[in-house]
Amino acid sequence: MSASVAGTAGRTGGDPGRPDRAPGAEADTDRRRRRRPFGAQPLGILFSAPYLIFVGIVFAYPVVFAVWMSFHDYFFTAPGAQVDRPFVGLDNYVTALSDPAVWRSFGNVGIFLLINVPLTVVLSIVLATALDRVVRARTFFRVAFYVPYVTASVAVVAVWLFLFSNTGLVNNALGPLAPDPSWLVNSSLAMPTIALFVTWKGLGFYILLYLAALQNVQRELYESVAVDGGGRIRQFFAVTVPGVRPATFLVVLLATITGANLFTEPYLLTNGGGPNGASTSPVLLIYQKGIEQQNPDVAAAIGVVLIVFVLVIALLQRRFVGREES
Amino acid sequence: MKSKIATYAVLSVGALAFLFPFYYMVVGSLQTSPDPSISGAFPHPSNLTTANYTAIDGRIDLLQGLANSGIFTGGVILGTIVFGVLAGYALAVLRWRGRSATFALVLLVQVVPFQLLMIPLYVLIARDYGLSDSYLGMILPFFINSTAVVIFRQYFLQLPKELFDAARIDGAGEFRLLWSVALPLVRPALLTAVLLTFIGPWNEFLWPFLITKEASMQPLAVSLANFISTIAASTTNPFGAMMAGAVVLAAPAVALFLIFQRYFTSNDLGSGVKG
Repeated sequence: MSASVAGTAGRTGGDPGRPDRAPGAEADTDRRRRRRPFGAQPLGILFSAPYLIFVGIVFAYPVVFAVWMSFHDYFFTAPGAQVDRPFVGLDNYVTALSDPAVWRSFGNVGIFLLINVPLTVVLSIVLATALDRVVRARTFFRVAFYVPYVTASVAVVAVWLFLFSNTGLVNNALGPLAPDPSWLVNSSLAMPTIALFVTWKGLGFYILLYLAALQNVQRELYESVAVDGGGRIRQFFAVTVPGVRPATFLVVLLATITGANLFTEPYLLTNGGGPNGASTSPVLLIYQKGIEQQNPDVAAAIGVVLIVFVLVIALLQRRFVGREES
Repeated sequence: MKSKIATYAVLSVGALAFLFPFYYMVVGSLQTSPDPSISGAFPHPSNLTTANYTAIDGRIDLLQGLANSGIFTGGVILGTIVFGVLAGYALAVLRWRGRSATFALVLLVQVVPFQLLMIPLYVLIARDYGLSDSYLGMILPFFINSTAVVIFRQYFLQLPKELFDAARIDGAGEFRLLWSVALPLVRPALLTAVLLTFIGPWNEFLWPFLITKEASMQPLAVSLANFISTIAASTTNPFGAMMAGAVVLAAPAVALFLIFQRYFTSNDLGSGVKG
């Protein structure tokens, strides 16, 4: 679910369906509006109804249900069974937050973000700038960069397992420099390796975002830096980096959301968050506690806490990265 | 000139880093015995075989997995095209009460993270509706892709409104307008939206993993993951079989994006981002 391209998208659009009206017809419009409580073209409601119903069933209700569940003693029952599910206040939150494994998983996400977010921003801005400058083989490079993004995690995880296994190609290439214990079974390297994997896999998408943003940077600005005697490097820091700041905010935000959603990588790459919980992610814990150990209420509480953390991080990022350029 | 060379050098290093694992996936899937040495990265004729593909097909039914992935993905694409286009059209062209609230909702939905929805959706769909091990249960949470709705809306907005006014004066109804005037003009958007929608369900692991326990219903991503985590160790060449499965899972997506690459550019995505 990482393809939330348009997280902050879209202008609110003019009113393309509105027919031109002679000035002074406002009173007339008012009367017409009263007669038409659903707007000039109520068919719009019909057209949107399937989508609205879908959002109600799959997003709105489950979100409310998750919060409700986290405050009640909820357990799985046979379908149709009527049972009492008493309100328990913050009990589920206390259970969740007094579990060191939960804190460890949040810490793991912290490590992940500290590596993944800067690496993603730097690499994708550099590669997008380079790609923006070339004409020949542009398509080849663009496609090469996003191939990992469009491929299933499960498939590329398999290759990484092969590459980073104890006797794998990476360790063979490193020779005596190979870490011991190896990457994925080393408690201080497991999480960084996952962060590296996710950076590699998602980079192509962020490069595309930056490429779009680069089209909005005024070319004259580069020239004026060049006139002042600034080289490529100076142009990059004086014009490109500030010019794509809104995109940087979006990239940082999406990378954070992706990081908080980690599941497949710790499940497969480090065999269920190993070694000894060193790469457990909150979503992996939600799965283990909610579905394997059948405590959906505690799992829902972890989910709510995680969202609150993500919101706080997103607000901080908005404060420091997303400031509107003047 | 020097900076041109430097630029190409940076791009080439990047391309190598992105493509090498795919090359290695194919090489690994064809090796009789795994050769993780550096020279093993170059295929050696005496060490080539297709046995890994037969081996993994004996443990998990690759064709059935591909078919399940196809039905899952096809259902989502169908829902997105039919209902997403309708919603995008209503948001861009029609004027009705609640339009801006609906558009705000489309944007909001995209930032609701799955980790909050996972447990309640599992309870609702698997437990209450009894839809585990069914295509419907797999498809439901992804049925209409909100990003695609934004893309549709963006493209419909770009059509000149005189076009619609003229057709309305000629007496065309809204359905006809959408079908024979607007849709043919936004065909590139349809392809972009299909590509973008395709990546979701084809590559999705967590949700189908939660609700399919029966092997015959699992999309390929799920059965390959099960193979990696539990079965692989018992095969003679575990990595070879894993690579073979990975190739089969990756190939359709990679092929699709190679063929239609010009519909997946920064401009298409940018339309949703630039604002």
